[in-house]
Amino acid sequence: MIQNLVDGFLVGSILSLGAIGLTMVMHVLRFANFSQAELLSIGAYAALVFDGVFGQMLPLFQSTLEPLSLTGALVLSMLASMLLTGLSAVVIDQLVFRRIRDSGEELSMVFASFGVALIIRNGISLLFGLKSHLYSNEIVFAIVVSRDPLLLIKPDQVFILIAALVLMVLLHLVLSRTTFGYALQAVAENPVLAQVSGVRLSFMVAMIWMIGGALAATAGVFYGLNNQINPVMGRDLVLPIFAATIVGGIGSIYGAVLGGFIVGIASNLALVVLPSGYSPAVPFLIILLVLIFRPHGVLGEART
Amino acid sequence: MIGWLSYPIFFATVASILAIAVLGLNLQWGITGLFNGGVAAFFGAGAYGLLILGGTPQPDHMGGFEWFYPVALLGGVLFSGLLAWIVGLLTLKLRHDYLAIATFGVAVAFENFVRNAEWFSGGAKGMRGFERPLESWIADPFWFNLAFLGVVLMALMGVYALLERLLRSPFGRLLRAIREDEHAAQSLGKTPSRVRLTAFVTGSMIMGLAGGLYATFYAFVSPQDVVPTLTFQVWAMLIVGGAGNNRGGVLGAFLIWAAWTASGWGLSRFAPVELQLYTGTLQYILIGLIIVGMLLWRPQGLLPEKLIMSQ
Repeated sequence: MIQNLVDGFLVGSILSLGAIGLTMVMHVLRFANFSQAELLSIGAYAALVFDGVFGQMLPLFQSTLEPLSLTGALVLSMLASMLLTGLSAVVIDQLVFRRIRDSGEELSMVFASFGVALIIRNGISLLFGLKSHLYSNEIVFAIVVSRDPLLLIKPDQVFILIAALVLMVLLHLVLSRTTFGYALQAVAENPVLAQVSGVRLSFMVAMIWMIGGALAATAGVFYGLNNQINPVMGRDLVLPIFAATIVGGIGSIYGAVLGGFIVGIASNLALVVLPSGYSPAVPFLIILLVLIFRPHGVLGEART
Repeated sequence: MIGWLSYPIFFATVASILAIAVLGLNLQWGITGLFNGGVAAFFGAGAYGLLILGGTPQPDHMGGFEWFYPVALLGGVLFSGLLAWIVGLLTLKLRHDYLAIATFGVAVAFENFVRNAEWFSGGAKGMRGFERPLESWIADPFWFNLAFLGVVLMALMGVYALLERLLRSPFGRLLRAIREDEHAAQSLGKTPSRVRLTAFVTGSMIMGLAGGLYATFYAFVSPQDVVPTLTFQVWAMLIVGGAGNNRGGVLGAFLIWAAWTASGWGLSRFAPVELQLYTGTLQYILIGLIIVGMLLWRPQGLLPEKLIMSQ
């Protein structure tokens, strides 16, 4: 039970990072982007490639940072992957979504996002194969925090949780302390009015993809550290991430963070009563409950 | 001669069944503007519903009520309608993203449920024990399949005629009015959420009918039949054919199904062995490119929606 809670908290932090970009896009561009979870895959695989390159170039960074399984090279790779994934998100928007948006077919973007997701997911399968990958083959033993009730935590998991929280605090500081952050909030609130006040909308849209993509990349790397990297991770994560945005309220960044933790914890606690085969369906049950009792989410507001 | 003909009959049967599902999606997306990300679930509800109600008793899963075939088929259709009604009731008053996510979720949950609930649906090994109606009369499989194609074509024409009539009826006009300008329709005393729910449930029941016919054809259904691939195929069919145009939907169904089977056959025959493992992967990329490409360069599809002038 306590183990489920801790695991849920960890999974929640990963979902939160993935959901932040999704909720921003859904709020400003007004479409459910089913290719968001593929950004996690891009991030995870990009870090895998960078890790190989940096490991060769900078032997100094190849040793693991005890007691973690991750190396200095992987930390550098994650930063590079954040940049690359953010840029990919901007490019995908320019190539596909912006053009459909400009033609006035807002709803078609949902279809297009599924098409994009299929292309990315299967493109990754072709490039890297259908099998899964790991960042490190070293076995790191979990630390027994307590025996009764049994609680095991791996050092990597502590790192993931702290890093995720640091990223969220950074985002909060940017949103609440900088002119850029105010502009971003203004765009989310009312894009037309923000433009009147001298905010360049096209730049802000690109920044939303950039930030959303970069955070998704970290989520992908953390997911890969905690589980493994495989081409269908996006397919498996898309519903939990959507559940996080709905629980938090579509459009609310703080809601997405909270929603991610709620979905992560609830899904893991559900495993106490449900056979584990049913776990992919749990996010849907959470969505149903939210729609029945609080359709606009915990922190969301009604908006048509 | 007969051997040569059996493949076209098989192909036309499956394509026509999928065309029925495309017509259901056209009512939802093409005419009413409702996004359905869970076509496979409503199709599957019809298929599983039929096999549970109309199948022979089986020791390891639910069902075996041996209902009279048309009644069992109708039961499956109603099962799809019930599923759609629940999802629609919860989401159709909210902004459109919610319907997209909830329908996608219902498909994930449906597949997950039938795969895991062995007591209910036989789990991953699927559901058997269905005796196809009239099969004892028409012993020769060739003639049976030909007769079944006739039944499927009749169902397709029936659904087509129904939707064409509906398109020209006051209700069809109302659906388009709500799609184009919800507030204007509201100001004329219409209730968009209720009208949308009607269209959504009707469209899903048509998908359920397609699922029921599919399960009749194979006398078998398994979780593999309700994976998201089906949803993507049906979308591609409608987008290629032309959303809003029933004839386009049927055309798209035949074209995409031909492209899908031909690409699968071509890859398995001509591709190098190491690439054959990736047949499905390449086909998914193909479907993704078709969807994105059509939306970018020909969003109206091959046969665009016809404007119907009301006098």
